[in-house]
Amino acid sequence: MNEVLATQKKVGTSGSSAGFDEVLVDVRGLKMYFPITEGIMIPKIVAQVKAVDGLDFKIFKGETLGLVGESGCGKTTTGRCILQLEKPTAGEIVYDGTDIMKCNREQLIEMRKRIQVIFQDPYSSLNPRMKVGEIIAEPMHVHKIIENEADRQARVKELLNVCGLATAFADRYPHEMSGGQRQRVGIARALAMNPEFIICDEAVSALDVSIQAQVINLLEDLRDEFNLTYLFISHDLSVVRHLCHRVAVMYLGHMVELADCDELFDNPLHPYTQALLNAVPIPDPEIEKARAHQVIKGEIPSPINPPPGCVFHPRCEIMVDGCKAKAPAFREVKPGHFVACTEV
Amino acid sequence: MALLELDNVKTQFFTSAGVVKAVDGVSYSVEEGETVAVVGESGSGKSVTAMTIMRLIPWPPGKIVDGKIIFNGQNLLELSEEEIREVRGRDIGMIFQEPMTSLNPVLTIGMQLTETMIAHMGISEEEAMGRAEKLLGKVGISEPKRRLAQYPHHLSGGMRQRVMIAMALACDPKLIIADEPTTALDVTIQAQILELMKNLTRELGVAMIVITHNLGVVARYADRVNVMYAGKIIETGTAKDIYHNPKHPYTLALLKSVPRMDKTRAEKLDPVDGQPPDLTLLDDGCSFRPRCRCATERCAKSFPPLEKIGDQHYSACFEMDKLKKEVAEVVG
Repeated sequence: MNEVLATQKKVGTSGSSAGFDEVLVDVRGLKMYFPITEGIMIPKIVAQVKAVDGLDFKIFKGETLGLVGESGCGKTTTGRCILQLEKPTAGEIVYDGTDIMKCNREQLIEMRKRIQVIFQDPYSSLNPRMKVGEIIAEPMHVHKIIENEADRQARVKELLNVCGLATAFADRYPHEMSGGQRQRVGIARALAMNPEFIICDEAVSALDVSIQAQVINLLEDLRDEFNLTYLFISHDLSVVRHLCHRVAVMYLGHMVELADCDELFDNPLHPYTQALLNAVPIPDPEIEKARAHQVIKGEIPSPINPPPGCVFHPRCEIMVDGCKAKAPAFREVKPGHFVACTEV
Repeated sequence: MALLELDNVKTQFFTSAGVVKAVDGVSYSVEEGETVAVVGESGSGKSVTAMTIMRLIPWPPGKIVDGKIIFNGQNLLELSEEEIREVRGRDIGMIFQEPMTSLNPVLTIGMQLTETMIAHMGISEEEAMGRAEKLLGKVGISEPKRRLAQYPHHLSGGMRQRVMIAMALACDPKLIIADEPTTALDVTIQAQILELMKNLTRELGVAMIVITHNLGVVARYADRVNVMYAGKIIETGTAKDIYHNPKHPYTLALLKSVPRMDKTRAEKLDPVDGQPPDLTLLDDGCSFRPRCRCATERCAKSFPPLEKIGDQHYSACFEMDKLKKEVAEVVG
């Protein structure tokens, strides 16, 4: 316990954001390598996909941490590791003082009541053969929290209401609903356990703009009402700026920058973050005309064989010789602003 | 005269659930060398409009029931099947959203690129291969010669989209229709592809119709913008008109629904309530009426016609004067 308090204090001084200072999730040295095997009878590991390669970050109670990056940067894998849907290769994931990776089955089940997830695709994340009411009630059933059928139904209706759906939806099947409504069902299911921490993995990416805005507002309302902490995984930087308190940028399994939301968007330091922000078109033709469209060269290298040294160096504008040899440390350049680049 | 002119085009799908009026009286024009955007949400009819121009609506259940599509002086809807095949791929190129599924996985890049050239330009295979190599270089693919022998699965998503662009450009078309060309791509790759398309269309003087739901892409790109809702164009104008002086409640609602990456968050988003209508159940009134904050009794009686506001700016709303204050808040 003392140790936990000590960490909290230490982090508090190193600049958390907007008054959040109680650590909820502490990820240390997280690595997730997926083996590539050859041979059917006696599989031999021939290479490894380094999906996540050494992450250190904290998530504070009540905050929303945005995790952004392009396809294959490891943001989803990071979320899945925290949920223990993957068994990480190395590292620690300390949730509220307990290392999740050392939990046994029973402890993990307890843990999972507190951590829930909302997936990207509202079409494939709901069982098409179950009614909406059953989908939302399933976690309560599995975790045996509300045993009485009538109480459970009442809770389902309450959750539907909270998520802005009519109670009549409980008797419908997912295919009878639109994408936005389905995503609300996914959110209601995540809320069923009264969790304190929700991982939103591209939760609004598949939705049309007007529906997306409705769901963003819902996530925001729920955060305030139930005091939720979110890990908001997304490739959409505009949504992240709108919703998050702090933002972490990932590239090829590494975290390259982490800062308070406005600081990151107004004063990006890492060349990759700068390129990423520059690439996002802004919905205003006048601003677009005035912007210099510097396009980043090349494509993301393979995580099987990442470049040595700084993983970004082959595409970097400010690369120096040292970048090829040694990976830069993830250092704090300003209070609360971390960056993995030696040249800033 | 405009390069392409759509006049009151109607495309309907006759399904067991009823008649879906996917495109319901759409008129717009594209001048030579111009980039026109069509924006709207899923089901607004923007892709079906593009398919209608190419005459690629499958029957059953779909049918182009009315209208004229004048391209280069001829009505595409009156052409025979053979004649329209001459237009497709030669005069009008097409770029689809999914670079993964729109290339044939069992044919090499070279074969797919040369197919249209051999069919339309009457050149030999060798000549076509030479041209294909140049095209690949032009769209920024390294080692084009080696790529010609490769299959689509050898290439990344961004590279495949470059190949699609090369295919669309293969026969020197006058018009390219790009249906969500960058939606499936990552932002940095999206930026690369958009820059490439912008430069190529300028350099070659090709006109382009960009279909997208991304308002940022439109702002970066388009000369003129058509906003679609439930099968109809509800507002049209220059990019500046649409973004700085929206005159339709739906356009305004779209602008208010997009979070801005370039500004500190001021307040919560203010999206429209509800959902787009069921296209089989449309009545005579304005289709946006159930979600509209300005709607009056008049809106239920008839669909408002596109009314001229500025030089090229038209909006289909009876109550557009009510928007002034809100527009000032959003744009101000």
